[in-house]
Amino acid sequence: MMEEFTNVFLMILLVAGALGVLYVRNLFVATMLLAAVSFLMALIFVILDAVDVAFTEAAVGAGISTVLFLGTLSLVGAEEKESKKKTVLPLLVSLIVGGALFYATFDMPKVGHPDTPVQSSRLTERFLQQSPNEIDVPNVVTAVLASYRGYDTFGEVTVIFTAGIAVLLILRQLRRRPETEPLEDAQPELPETASDQRVTPNIHDLVPHVVAKLLIPFILLFGLYVQFHGDFGPGGGFQAGVIFAAGIILYSLVFGMEYTQKLLPLWVVQLLLALGVLLYGGVGVVSMLLGANFLDYNVLASNPIAGQHLGILLVELGVGITVTAAMLSIFYGFANRSEFNKQTGEN
Amino acid sequence: MSFFDHYNYWIFVILFVIGLYTIMSRTNLIKKMIGLSLFQIAVFLFYITMGKIEGGTAPIFVDDPNAVYSNPLPHVLILTAIVVGVATTALGLSLVVRIKESFGTIDEEEILRQEEDSK
Repeated sequence: MMEEFTNVFLMILLVAGALGVLYVRNLFVATMLLAAVSFLMALIFVILDAVDVAFTEAAVGAGISTVLFLGTLSLVGAEEKESKKKTVLPLLVSLIVGGALFYATFDMPKVGHPDTPVQSSRLTERFLQQSPNEIDVPNVVTAVLASYRGYDTFGEVTVIFTAGIAVLLILRQLRRRPETEPLEDAQPELPETASDQRVTPNIHDLVPHVVAKLLIPFILLFGLYVQFHGDFGPGGGFQAGVIFAAGIILYSLVFGMEYTQKLLPLWVVQLLLALGVLLYGGVGVVSMLLGANFLDYNVLASNPIAGQHLGILLVELGVGITVTAAMLSIFYGFANRSEFNKQTGEN
Repeated sequence: MSFFDHYNYWIFVILFVIGLYTIMSRTNLIKKMIGLSLFQIAVFLFYITMGKIEGGTAPIFVDDPNAVYSNPLPHVLILTAIVVGVATTALGLSLVVRIKESFGTIDEEEILRQEEDSK
Protein backbone atom coordinates (compact mmCIF):
# COMPACT_ATOMS: atom_id res chain seq x y z
CA MET A 1 0.00 0.00 0.00
CA MET A 2 2.88 2.32 0.87
CA GLU A 3 4.36 1.89 -2.60
CA GLU A 4 1.04 2.72 -4.23
CA PHE A 5 0.72 5.79 -2.06
CA THR A 6 4.19 7.02 -3.07
CA ASN A 7 3.41 6.25 -6.65
CA VAL A 8 0.14 8.17 -6.68
CA PHE A 9 1.75 11.08 -4.86
CA LEU A 10 4.58 11.31 -7.40
CA MET A 11 2.14 11.03 -10.28
CA ILE A 12 -0.01 13.86 -8.90
CA LEU A 13 3.09 16.04 -8.56
CA LEU A 14 4.03 15.11 -12.10
CA VAL A 15 0.67 16.17 -13.53
CA ALA A 16 0.72 19.36 -11.44
CA GLY A 17 4.21 20.16 -12.72
CA ALA A 18 3.16 19.56 -16.31
CA LEU A 19 0.13 21.83 -15.91
CA GLY A 20 2.39 24.45 -14.39
CA VAL A 21 4.70 24.22 -17.40
CA LEU A 22 1.68 24.74 -19.67
CA TYR A 23 0.24 27.76 -17.87
CA VAL A 24 3.20 29.72 -16.59
CA ARG A 25 4.14 32.67 -18.83
CA ASN A 26 7.72 33.13 -17.71
CA LEU A 27 9.82 30.72 -19.72
CA PHE A 28 12.50 30.57 -17.05
CA VAL A 29 9.95 29.24 -14.57
CA ALA A 30 8.62 26.85 -17.20
CA THR A 31 12.12 25.48 -17.78
CA MET A 32 12.69 24.96 -14.08
CA LEU A 33 9.33 23.22 -13.74
CA LEU A 34 10.26 21.00 -16.67
CA ALA A 35 13.45 20.05 -14.84
CA ALA A 36 11.40 19.23 -11.75
CA VAL A 37 9.06 17.09 -13.87
CA SER A 38 12.12 15.28 -15.25
CA PHE A 39 13.41 14.55 -11.75
CA LEU A 40 10.00 13.26 -10.68
CA MET A 41 9.98 11.08 -13.76
CA ALA A 42 13.40 9.73 -12.78
CA LEU A 43 11.98 8.78 -9.37
CA ILE A 44 9.03 7.05 -11.00
CA PHE A 45 11.43 5.14 -13.27
CA VAL A 46 13.23 3.87 -10.17
CA ILE A 47 9.92 2.62 -8.78
CA LEU A 48 9.28 0.94 -12.12
CA ASP A 49 12.67 -0.86 -11.84
CA ALA A 50 14.26 1.05 -14.72
CA VAL A 51 17.34 2.26 -12.86
CA ASP A 52 19.44 2.86 -15.96
CA VAL A 53 16.69 4.95 -17.51
CA ALA A 54 16.19 6.87 -14.28
CA PHE A 55 19.88 7.67 -14.23
CA THR A 56 19.78 8.89 -17.81
CA GLU A 57 16.64 10.94 -17.26
CA ALA A 58 18.14 12.64 -14.20
CA ALA A 59 21.43 13.42 -15.95
CA VAL A 60 20.13 14.25 -19.41
CA GLY A 61 16.50 15.30 -19.03
CA ALA A 62 16.87 17.29 -15.85
CA GLY A 63 20.51 18.28 -16.18
CA ILE A 64 21.81 18.97 -19.65
CA SER A 65 18.53 19.89 -21.32
CA THR A 66 17.85 22.47 -18.58
CA VAL A 67 21.28 23.99 -19.26
CA LEU A 68 20.46 24.11 -22.97
CA PHE A 69 17.07 25.73 -22.37
CA LEU A 70 18.65 28.32 -20.07
CA GLY A 71 21.38 28.99 -22.63
CA THR A 72 18.70 29.61 -25.24
CA LEU A 73 16.69 31.83 -22.91
CA SER A 74 19.75 33.97 -22.27
CA LEU A 75 19.92 34.56 -26.02
CA VAL A 76 16.24 35.04 -26.82
CA GLY A 77 14.65 36.40 -23.63
CA ALA A 78 12.38 34.66 -21.16
CA GLU A 79 9.00 36.34 -21.54
CA GLU A 80 6.27 34.59 -23.40
CA LYS A 81 3.82 36.93 -25.11
CA GLU A 82 0.14 36.49 -24.48
CA SER A 83 -1.08 34.68 -27.54
CA LYS A 84 -4.27 35.82 -29.19
CA LYS A 85 -4.67 32.62 -31.10
CA LYS A 86 -7.93 30.81 -30.54
CA THR A 87 -7.29 27.75 -28.44
CA VAL A 88 -10.57 25.92 -28.97
CA LEU A 89 -9.44 23.76 -31.86
CA PRO A 90 -6.18 22.57 -30.21
CA LEU A 91 -8.10 21.82 -27.04
CA LEU A 92 -10.69 19.86 -28.98
CA VAL A 93 -8.04 17.86 -30.87
CA SER A 94 -6.12 17.17 -27.65
CA LEU A 95 -9.24 16.02 -25.85
CA ILE A 96 -10.25 13.74 -28.70
CA VAL A 97 -6.76 12.19 -28.83
CA GLY A 98 -6.72 11.91 -25.05
CA GLY A 99 -10.19 10.36 -25.00
CA ALA A 100 -9.23 7.79 -27.63
CA LEU A 101 -6.05 6.88 -25.75
CA PHE A 102 -7.94 6.70 -22.46
CA TYR A 103 -10.49 4.38 -24.02
CA ALA A 104 -7.65 2.25 -25.39
CA THR A 105 -6.01 1.84 -21.97
CA PHE A 106 -8.87 -0.44 -20.91
CA ASP A 107 -7.63 -2.95 -23.46
CA MET A 108 -4.12 -2.75 -22.07
CA PRO A 109 -3.03 -5.59 -19.83
CA LYS A 110 -2.80 -4.95 -16.12
CA VAL A 111 0.37 -3.07 -15.16
CA GLY A 112 3.08 -5.49 -14.04
CA HIS A 113 1.18 -8.67 -14.83
CA PRO A 114 3.62 -11.48 -15.75
CA ASP A 115 1.48 -12.71 -18.68
CA THR A 116 1.48 -9.52 -20.71
CA PRO A 117 2.81 -9.86 -24.25
CA VAL A 118 5.86 -7.76 -23.33
CA GLN A 119 6.82 -10.06 -20.47
CA SER A 120 6.05 -13.38 -22.13
CA SER A 121 7.83 -12.46 -25.34
CA ARG A 122 10.47 -14.97 -26.35
CA LEU A 123 13.01 -12.21 -26.81
CA THR A 124 12.71 -11.27 -23.15
CA GLU A 125 13.27 -14.83 -22.07
CA ARG A 126 16.20 -15.15 -24.45
CA PHE A 127 17.96 -12.04 -23.15
CA LEU A 128 17.32 -12.73 -19.48
CA GLN A 129 18.30 -16.40 -19.61
CA GLN A 130 21.04 -16.55 -22.23
CA SER A 131 22.95 -13.37 -21.48
CA PRO A 132 24.76 -14.79 -18.39
CA ASN A 133 26.15 -17.59 -20.58
CA GLU A 134 26.83 -15.54 -23.67
CA ILE A 135 28.02 -12.22 -22.29
CA ASP A 136 28.35 -12.66 -18.54
CA VAL A 137 27.65 -9.04 -17.72
CA PRO A 138 25.36 -8.63 -14.70
CA ASN A 139 23.55 -5.58 -16.07
CA VAL A 140 21.29 -6.91 -18.80
CA VAL A 141 20.55 -3.40 -20.03
CA THR A 142 24.25 -2.90 -20.80
CA ALA A 143 24.46 -6.31 -22.42
CA VAL A 144 21.51 -5.58 -24.71
CA LEU A 145 22.58 -2.00 -25.39
CA ALA A 146 26.20 -2.64 -26.26
CA SER A 147 26.15 -6.18 -27.56
CA TYR A 148 22.80 -7.57 -28.75
CA ARG A 149 21.63 -4.20 -30.02
CA GLY A 150 25.13 -2.84 -30.64
CA TYR A 151 24.29 -1.99 -34.22
CA ASP A 152 21.33 0.22 -33.21
CA THR A 153 23.38 1.91 -30.51
CA PHE A 154 25.97 2.71 -33.15
CA GLY A 155 23.19 4.45 -35.07
CA GLU A 156 22.19 6.41 -32.01
CA VAL A 157 25.76 7.52 -31.34
CA THR A 158 25.85 8.72 -34.93
CA VAL A 159 22.67 10.73 -34.32
CA ILE A 160 24.31 12.44 -31.35
CA PHE A 161 27.46 13.06 -33.36
CA THR A 162 25.36 14.63 -36.12
CA ALA A 163 23.48 16.81 -33.64
CA GLY A 164 26.74 18.05 -32.14
CA ILE A 165 28.07 19.00 -35.57
CA ALA A 166 24.75 20.48 -36.68
CA VAL A 167 24.38 22.78 -33.67
CA LEU A 168 27.90 24.08 -34.26
CA LEU A 169 27.14 24.64 -37.93
CA ILE A 170 23.94 26.52 -37.13
CA LEU A 171 25.29 28.64 -34.29
CA ARG A 172 28.71 29.45 -35.65
CA GLN A 173 27.39 31.05 -38.78
CA LEU A 174 27.27 34.72 -39.55
CA ARG A 175 23.84 36.10 -38.92
CA ARG A 176 21.88 37.58 -41.73
CA ARG A 177 19.43 40.18 -40.61
CA PRO A 178 16.93 42.14 -42.67
CA GLU A 179 18.47 45.53 -43.50
CA THR A 180 15.18 47.42 -43.34
CA GLU A 181 14.39 47.21 -39.66
CA PRO A 182 17.01 47.56 -36.99
CA LEU A 183 16.28 45.02 -34.32
CA GLU A 184 16.81 45.78 -30.75
CA ASP A 185 18.68 42.93 -29.21
CA ALA A 186 17.98 42.47 -25.58
CA GLN A 187 20.64 40.12 -24.43
CA PRO A 188 20.59 39.73 -20.70
CA GLU A 189 24.08 39.13 -19.50
CA LEU A 190 23.71 35.80 -17.80
CA PRO A 191 26.89 34.41 -16.28
CA GLU A 192 27.30 31.69 -18.90
CA THR A 193 27.33 34.12 -21.82
CA ALA A 194 28.97 37.06 -20.17
CA SER A 195 32.51 37.37 -21.38
CA ASP A 196 34.27 37.50 -18.09
CA GLN A 197 37.21 39.82 -18.49
CA ARG A 198 38.18 40.01 -14.85
CA VAL A 199 41.14 37.88 -14.03
CA THR A 200 40.98 38.31 -10.30
CA PRO A 201 37.64 37.16 -8.95
CA ASN A 202 35.87 39.50 -6.59
CA ILE A 203 34.73 38.38 -3.17
CA HIS A 204 31.26 37.35 -4.34
CA ASP A 205 32.74 34.82 -6.72
CA LEU A 206 34.90 33.28 -4.04
CA VAL A 207 32.31 30.89 -2.63
CA PRO A 208 31.25 29.40 -6.00
CA HIS A 209 34.90 29.22 -7.03
CA VAL A 210 35.94 27.25 -3.97
CA VAL A 211 32.88 25.01 -4.07
CA ALA A 212 33.33 24.34 -7.77
CA LYS A 213 37.00 23.51 -7.30
CA LEU A 214 36.03 21.06 -4.60
CA LEU A 215 33.21 19.51 -6.59
CA ILE A 216 34.61 19.22 -10.10
CA PRO A 217 37.21 16.49 -9.41
CA PHE A 218 34.55 14.36 -7.76
CA ILE A 219 32.11 14.94 -10.61
CA LEU A 220 34.74 13.81 -13.11
CA LEU A 221 35.68 10.84 -10.92
CA PHE A 222 32.01 9.89 -10.66
CA GLY A 223 31.78 10.14 -14.44
CA LEU A 224 34.65 7.68 -14.78
CA TYR A 225 33.06 5.37 -12.23
CA VAL A 226 29.77 5.38 -14.11
CA GLN A 227 31.62 4.79 -17.37
CA PHE A 228 33.57 1.75 -16.24
CA HIS A 229 31.02 0.37 -13.80
CA GLY A 230 28.21 0.21 -16.35
CA ASP A 231 28.53 -3.57 -16.69
CA PHE A 232 27.81 -4.21 -13.03
CA GLY A 233 25.38 -1.50 -12.04
CA PRO A 234 23.26 1.21 -13.56
CA GLY A 235 25.25 3.47 -15.81
CA GLY A 236 27.32 3.30 -18.93
CA GLY A 237 28.67 5.48 -21.67
CA PHE A 238 25.60 7.67 -22.18
CA GLN A 239 25.25 8.68 -18.54
CA ALA A 240 28.99 8.96 -17.96
CA GLY A 241 29.39 11.21 -20.98
CA VAL A 242 26.72 13.56 -19.72
CA ILE A 243 28.17 13.65 -16.19
CA PHE A 244 31.62 14.37 -17.57
CA ALA A 245 30.27 17.16 -19.73
CA ALA A 246 28.35 18.52 -16.74
CA GLY A 247 31.59 18.79 -14.76
CA ILE A 248 33.20 20.84 -17.51
CA ILE A 249 30.06 22.96 -17.96
CA LEU A 250 30.12 23.72 -14.24
CA TYR A 251 33.72 24.83 -14.62
CA SER A 252 32.82 27.18 -17.44
CA LEU A 253 29.82 28.59 -15.55
CA VAL A 254 31.97 29.47 -12.58
CA PHE A 255 35.28 30.43 -14.19
CA GLY A 256 34.03 31.71 -17.55
CA MET A 257 34.16 30.41 -21.08
CA GLU A 258 37.60 31.87 -21.71
CA TYR A 259 39.38 29.54 -19.31
CA THR A 260 37.32 26.57 -20.41
CA GLN A 261 38.31 27.10 -24.01
CA LYS A 262 41.93 27.29 -23.01
CA LEU A 263 41.49 24.02 -21.12
CA LEU A 264 39.50 22.31 -23.84
CA PRO A 265 39.55 24.18 -27.16
CA LEU A 266 36.77 23.65 -29.65
CA TRP A 267 38.98 21.70 -32.02
CA VAL A 268 39.74 19.17 -29.27
CA VAL A 269 36.02 18.77 -28.64
CA GLN A 270 35.39 18.26 -32.33
CA LEU A 271 38.21 15.75 -32.53
CA LEU A 272 36.79 13.81 -29.57
CA LEU A 273 33.34 13.95 -31.15
CA ALA A 274 34.62 12.08 -34.18
CA LEU A 275 36.99 9.88 -32.17
CA GLY A 276 34.18 8.27 -30.17
CA VAL A 277 32.22 7.31 -33.28
CA LEU A 278 35.43 6.07 -34.93
CA LEU A 279 36.26 3.95 -31.87
CA TYR A 280 32.80 2.40 -31.93
CA GLY A 281 32.87 1.78 -35.67
CA GLY A 282 36.50 0.67 -35.45
CA VAL A 283 35.58 -2.14 -33.05
CA GLY A 284 33.05 -3.28 -35.64
CA VAL A 285 35.59 -3.15 -38.44
CA VAL A 286 38.20 -5.01 -36.39
CA SER A 287 35.71 -7.77 -35.64
CA MET A 288 35.01 -7.94 -39.39
CA LEU A 289 38.72 -8.16 -40.16
CA LEU A 290 38.98 -11.03 -37.69
CA GLY A 291 36.41 -12.91 -39.71
CA ALA A 292 33.18 -12.30 -37.79
CA ASN A 293 30.20 -10.04 -38.44
CA PHE A 294 30.23 -6.28 -37.86
CA LEU A 295 30.25 -5.63 -34.08
CA ASP A 296 30.44 -9.33 -33.23
CA TYR A 297 32.79 -9.12 -30.27
CA ASN A 298 33.27 -12.88 -29.79
CA VAL A 299 36.44 -12.92 -31.89
CA LEU A 300 38.14 -9.97 -30.20
CA ALA A 301 39.83 -12.03 -27.48
CA SER A 302 40.86 -15.62 -26.83
CA ASN A 303 37.39 -16.73 -25.76
CA PRO A 304 33.93 -15.35 -26.62
CA ILE A 305 33.16 -14.03 -23.12
CA ALA A 306 36.44 -12.14 -22.81
CA GLY A 307 35.82 -10.83 -26.33
CA GLN A 308 32.35 -9.63 -25.34
CA HIS A 309 33.77 -7.88 -22.27
CA LEU A 310 36.46 -6.15 -24.29
CA GLY A 311 34.02 -5.18 -27.03
CA ILE A 312 31.48 -3.75 -24.58
CA LEU A 313 34.20 -1.83 -22.76
CA LEU A 314 35.47 -0.29 -26.01
CA VAL A 315 32.11 0.64 -27.50
CA GLU A 316 30.90 2.09 -24.20
CA LEU A 317 34.08 4.17 -24.15
CA GLY A 318 33.28 5.32 -27.67
CA VAL A 319 29.75 6.24 -26.59
CA GLY A 320 31.09 8.08 -23.54
CA ILE A 321 33.59 10.11 -25.56
CA THR A 322 31.09 11.07 -28.24
CA VAL A 323 28.36 12.00 -25.76
CA THR A 324 30.78 14.16 -23.73
CA ALA A 325 32.03 15.90 -26.84
CA ALA A 326 28.56 16.36 -28.32
CA MET A 327 27.16 17.89 -25.12
CA LEU A 328 30.19 20.18 -24.90
CA SER A 329 30.06 21.25 -28.52
CA ILE A 330 26.34 22.02 -28.17
CA PHE A 331 27.07 23.98 -24.99
CA TYR A 332 29.95 25.85 -26.65
CA GLY A 333 27.67 26.70 -29.55
CA PHE A 334 25.07 28.29 -27.26
CA ALA A 335 27.46 29.90 -24.81
CA ASN A 336 29.60 31.47 -27.51
CA ARG A 337 26.76 32.76 -29.65
CA SER A 338 26.64 36.34 -28.37
CA GLU A 339 30.44 36.47 -28.24
CA PHE A 340 30.60 35.16 -31.78
CA ASN A 341 28.18 37.82 -33.00
CA LYS A 342 30.28 40.53 -31.40
CA GLN A 343 33.51 39.24 -32.90
CA THR A 344 32.11 39.17 -36.39
CA GLY A 345 31.05 42.78 -35.99
CA GLU A 346 27.37 42.12 -36.42
CA ASN A 347 26.21 43.49 -33.13
CA MET B 1 -10.60 -4.20 -11.90
CA SER B 2 -8.92 -1.97 -9.39
CA PHE B 3 -7.81 1.59 -9.85
CA PHE B 4 -4.13 0.65 -9.73
CA ASP B 5 -4.31 -1.70 -12.71
CA HIS B 6 -4.22 1.05 -15.27
CA TYR B 7 -3.53 4.33 -13.63
CA ASN B 8 0.06 4.52 -14.93
CA TYR B 9 -1.43 4.51 -18.40
CA TRP B 10 -3.90 7.21 -17.41
CA ILE B 11 -1.08 9.43 -16.19
CA PHE B 12 0.64 8.76 -19.50
CA VAL B 13 -2.51 9.92 -21.34
CA ILE B 14 -2.79 13.07 -19.21
CA LEU B 15 0.86 14.04 -19.72
CA PHE B 16 0.63 13.21 -23.41
CA VAL B 17 -2.42 15.46 -23.83
CA ILE B 18 -0.80 18.31 -21.87
CA GLY B 19 2.28 18.06 -24.10
CA LEU B 20 0.21 17.92 -27.27
CA TYR B 21 -1.93 20.86 -26.19
CA THR B 22 1.15 22.93 -25.31
CA ILE B 23 2.64 22.30 -28.73
CA MET B 24 -0.56 23.20 -30.57
CA SER B 25 -1.86 26.12 -28.54
CA ARG B 26 1.26 28.08 -27.59
CA THR B 27 2.81 30.33 -30.19
CA ASN B 28 6.15 30.84 -28.43
CA LEU B 29 8.69 28.54 -30.04
CA ILE B 30 10.52 27.76 -26.80
CA LYS B 31 7.22 26.87 -25.18
CA LYS B 32 6.61 24.52 -28.07
CA MET B 33 9.98 22.86 -27.44
CA ILE B 34 9.10 22.51 -23.77
CA GLY B 35 5.78 20.97 -24.77
CA LEU B 36 7.62 18.55 -27.00
CA SER B 37 9.78 17.51 -24.04
CA LEU B 38 6.68 16.84 -21.94
CA PHE B 39 5.23 14.81 -24.79
CA GLN B 40 8.46 12.85 -24.97
CA ILE B 41 8.52 12.18 -21.23
CA ALA B 42 4.96 10.85 -21.45
CA VAL B 43 5.96 8.32 -24.10
CA PHE B 44 8.96 7.25 -21.99
CA LEU B 45 6.61 6.59 -19.06
CA PHE B 46 4.40 4.47 -21.29
CA TYR B 47 7.24 2.22 -22.44
CA ILE B 48 8.81 1.83 -19.02
CA THR B 49 5.45 0.97 -17.50
CA MET B 50 5.07 -1.89 -19.96
CA GLY B 51 8.42 -3.34 -18.89
CA LYS B 52 7.45 -3.43 -15.21
CA ILE B 53 6.69 -6.81 -13.68
CA GLU B 54 5.01 -7.34 -10.34
CA GLY B 55 7.44 -8.11 -7.54
CA GLY B 56 10.29 -7.70 -9.99
CA THR B 57 13.60 -5.99 -9.56
CA ALA B 58 15.88 -4.03 -11.85
CA PRO B 59 17.42 -6.19 -14.60
CA ILE B 60 20.82 -6.45 -12.95
CA PHE B 61 21.56 -10.04 -11.96
CA VAL B 62 21.63 -10.80 -8.26
CA ASP B 63 22.58 -14.03 -6.53
CA ASP B 64 19.02 -14.99 -5.65
CA PRO B 65 17.96 -17.63 -8.23
CA ASN B 66 14.27 -16.87 -7.70
CA ALA B 67 14.61 -13.19 -8.49
CA VAL B 68 12.20 -11.84 -11.08
CA TYR B 69 13.60 -9.17 -13.38
CA SER B 70 11.74 -6.43 -15.17
CA ASN B 71 11.98 -6.43 -18.91
CA PRO B 72 15.28 -4.84 -19.99
CA LEU B 73 14.25 -4.17 -23.60
CA PRO B 74 12.07 -1.08 -23.03
CA HIS B 75 14.80 0.25 -20.76
CA VAL B 76 17.40 0.05 -23.51
CA LEU B 77 15.08 1.67 -26.03
CA ILE B 78 14.16 4.55 -23.75
CA LEU B 79 17.70 5.08 -22.47
CA THR B 80 18.91 5.82 -25.97
CA ALA B 81 15.72 7.71 -26.79
CA ILE B 82 16.40 10.14 -23.93
CA VAL B 83 19.88 10.93 -25.21
CA VAL B 84 18.72 11.25 -28.79
CA GLY B 85 15.87 13.42 -27.47
CA VAL B 86 18.28 15.91 -25.93
CA ALA B 87 20.25 15.98 -29.18
CA THR B 88 17.16 16.88 -31.20
CA THR B 89 16.07 19.39 -28.54
CA ALA B 90 19.46 21.08 -28.81
CA LEU B 91 19.10 21.26 -32.57
CA GLY B 92 15.61 22.77 -32.24
CA LEU B 93 16.82 25.32 -29.69
CA SER B 94 19.72 26.37 -31.90
CA LEU B 95 17.24 26.97 -34.71
CA VAL B 96 15.13 29.05 -32.29
CA VAL B 97 18.19 31.20 -31.57
CA ARG B 98 18.73 31.80 -35.27
CA ILE B 99 15.04 32.57 -35.79
CA LYS B 100 15.22 35.14 -33.01
CA GLU B 101 18.23 36.76 -34.67
CA SER B 102 16.60 36.88 -38.10
CA PHE B 103 13.07 37.88 -37.13
CA GLY B 104 13.62 39.59 -33.81
CA THR B 105 10.93 37.46 -32.22
CA ILE B 106 10.24 33.84 -31.38
CA ASP B 107 6.48 34.19 -31.51
CA GLU B 108 5.08 32.08 -34.31
CA GLU B 109 2.29 34.53 -35.18
CA GLU B 110 4.61 37.51 -35.45
CA ILE B 111 6.98 35.51 -37.65
CA LEU B 112 4.11 34.54 -39.93
CA ARG B 113 2.94 38.16 -40.04
CA GLN B 114 6.42 39.33 -41.02
CA GLU B 115 6.51 36.71 -43.74
CA GLU B 116 3.14 37.94 -45.00
CA ASP B 117 4.27 41.55 -45.00
CA SER B 118 7.45 40.88 -46.90
CA LYS B 119 5.58 39.17 -49.74
